[in-house]
Amino acid sequence: MLKMSKMEIKENIWGYIFILPWIIGFLWLFLGPFVSAIYLSFTRYTMIQPPRWIGFRNYIRLFTDDPLFVKALIVTFKYAAISVPLHLIISIMLALLLNQKIKGMTLYRTIYYLPSILPGMSVWLLWAWLFDPTFGLFNNMLLTIGIKGPNWLGSTSWVIPSIVIMGLWGIGPRTIIYLAALQGVPQELYDSAEVDGAGILRRLWSITLPMISPAIFFNLTMSIIGTFQVFGAAYTMTEGGPNNASLFYQLYLYRKAFEDFRMGYASALAWIIFFIIMFFTLLVIRSSSMWVYYEGLKKGKGKI
Amino acid sequence: MSIKPVMKKNKISFWFSRKSVRHKIWLGIVYVIISLIAIIFLVPLVWMISSSLKSGGNIFKLPPEWISRPLMFSNYPKVWKIMNIPLATKNTLIITVLSMFGVLLSSSMTAYGFARIRFKGSNVLFLVVLATIMIPSQVLLIPRYIIFKILHWIDTFKPLIVPSFFGSAFYIFLMRQFFLTIPFELDDAARIDGYGHFGIYWKIILPLSKPVLATAAIFTFMGQWTAFFGPLIYLHSPAKRTLVLSLSTFRGVYYTSSWQLIMAGSILIAVPSMLVFFFAQKYFVQGITLTGLKG
Repeated sequence: MLKMSKMEIKENIWGYIFILPWIIGFLWLFLGPFVSAIYLSFTRYTMIQPPRWIGFRNYIRLFTDDPLFVKALIVTFKYAAISVPLHLIISIMLALLLNQKIKGMTLYRTIYYLPSILPGMSVWLLWAWLFDPTFGLFNNMLLTIGIKGPNWLGSTSWVIPSIVIMGLWGIGPRTIIYLAALQGVPQELYDSAEVDGAGILRRLWSITLPMISPAIFFNLTMSIIGTFQVFGAAYTMTEGGPNNASLFYQLYLYRKAFEDFRMGYASALAWIIFFIIMFFTLLVIRSSSMWVYYEGLKKGKGKI
Repeated sequence: MSIKPVMKKNKISFWFSRKSVRHKIWLGIVYVIISLIAIIFLVPLVWMISSSLKSGGNIFKLPPEWISRPLMFSNYPKVWKIMNIPLATKNTLIITVLSMFGVLLSSSMTAYGFARIRFKGSNVLFLVVLATIMIPSQVLLIPRYIIFKILHWIDTFKPLIVPSFFGSAFYIFLMRQFFLTIPFELDDAARIDGYGHFGIYWKIILPLSKPVLATAAIFTFMGQWTAFFGPLIYLHSPAKRTLVLSLSTFRGVYYTSSWQLIMAGSILIAVPSMLVFFFAQKYFVQGITLTGLKG
């Protein structure tokens, strides 16, 4: 090893001085909690007595004797299966429509963006009122065209679709991401495609989608993570009901931890969701080399 | 990575060629579609305002009216009092402003270290920063709660503020990327003028980084102003309630009986975020596309 010059030693010290806030934060807000979360998940801990080691019993109970855990998983997966593809398709379509020379473009963009600015609490309460089966706007509008609307949040089969519909209202930011990506697609590609006689669908499939695939990749990852964090909507609008039909995973975890104060059990719940999220995120990342196209990016230079 | 938000002069070509005769008709159809969607997006907002101005009797009138007399503007002062808006605003502001300050200071310092100083282990440590973004927050939730409980921080603002002062991985990433685009010649010139690292950071880099700092500030503001989960867990006494918590408990009491007041409250807590949005729209779009494409 070469000996470091005085200058280099000084630079090293300065480097660590500048990143010190993060290092301290990492130790007590990430590494410490991360390690203790592993330990806690193998204990029984109600915050009154110190944690007691019980081995794998939390995990065994989760998979053999906790129908609500299974229910929460099913609810969350059901929501993900509907909302992730639907939001993806609709936001891309909306971005394609907006990607034109349009007068008043800023106005449209503002309107689409506006709902996502509202605090979640305002949104949940507003939509709970819109979905009101008797006095809400939706069923009264349906009534004027002669349709008797569903019971929305009060119906076991409609509650998840209702929350998905509400989510569509907040699609603005994603649409803006796609719009920015679309505006980066070089004109020449479309020009030459046209010379070759490629139709709209062909252009969409062979030029547009590959060119915006980095944005799709980012949004897909974010929405998968977001799905497992749905909490406020269920907590505020339905309290997990009816009949646990909207018992989202995060809500169940909250109840175990902060209502029943079963911290060990809740830690085990957290680890299960940790591995599920990691599995899907890695799936998207690993598969990305097959479908995400980085223009001019050499192999091995990819960023996370 | 390589996609830059370059504005092309002509953006219509995905659908039809520029010279196409059908192009004008098509553009007309597009206008109709996007206007219809815009109306669909606006209807819930109009319904929220309309409901907030109804009397307790008219709110349950069938069929519902868009403008129902009398217009009850008095719903707003009423909610103002029930939700104790002045106190809740004060609480929310304390949390929001201090977090913004903490995030900007600690994240920009850390980002400076990673972007402008060569030190051993910086690459590995930066990968660790990125890894913390990927960690699902659920596993950290309970141990952190226990730590704050041991520190006697439950039912104080500290669990919501103090972590901001230890760097936020996402903003560190964002700022580092930005700092890397600032020419290194500036540092050399500053060093000749006798600046050390703190001088360069404070006098050169930060003033040149206003766009990314503004983006981080606004996103932190929006995040904290609208936060629900954190305040729900950490704040218990009524005197500590944030605006969002105050609305949530108020709704719990009145459940489905006073929708006009609940709507008025929902509007009141949304006004500040709306104002920030309208005055700083540029940074929103910038921030969203920055984060979206560099991810």
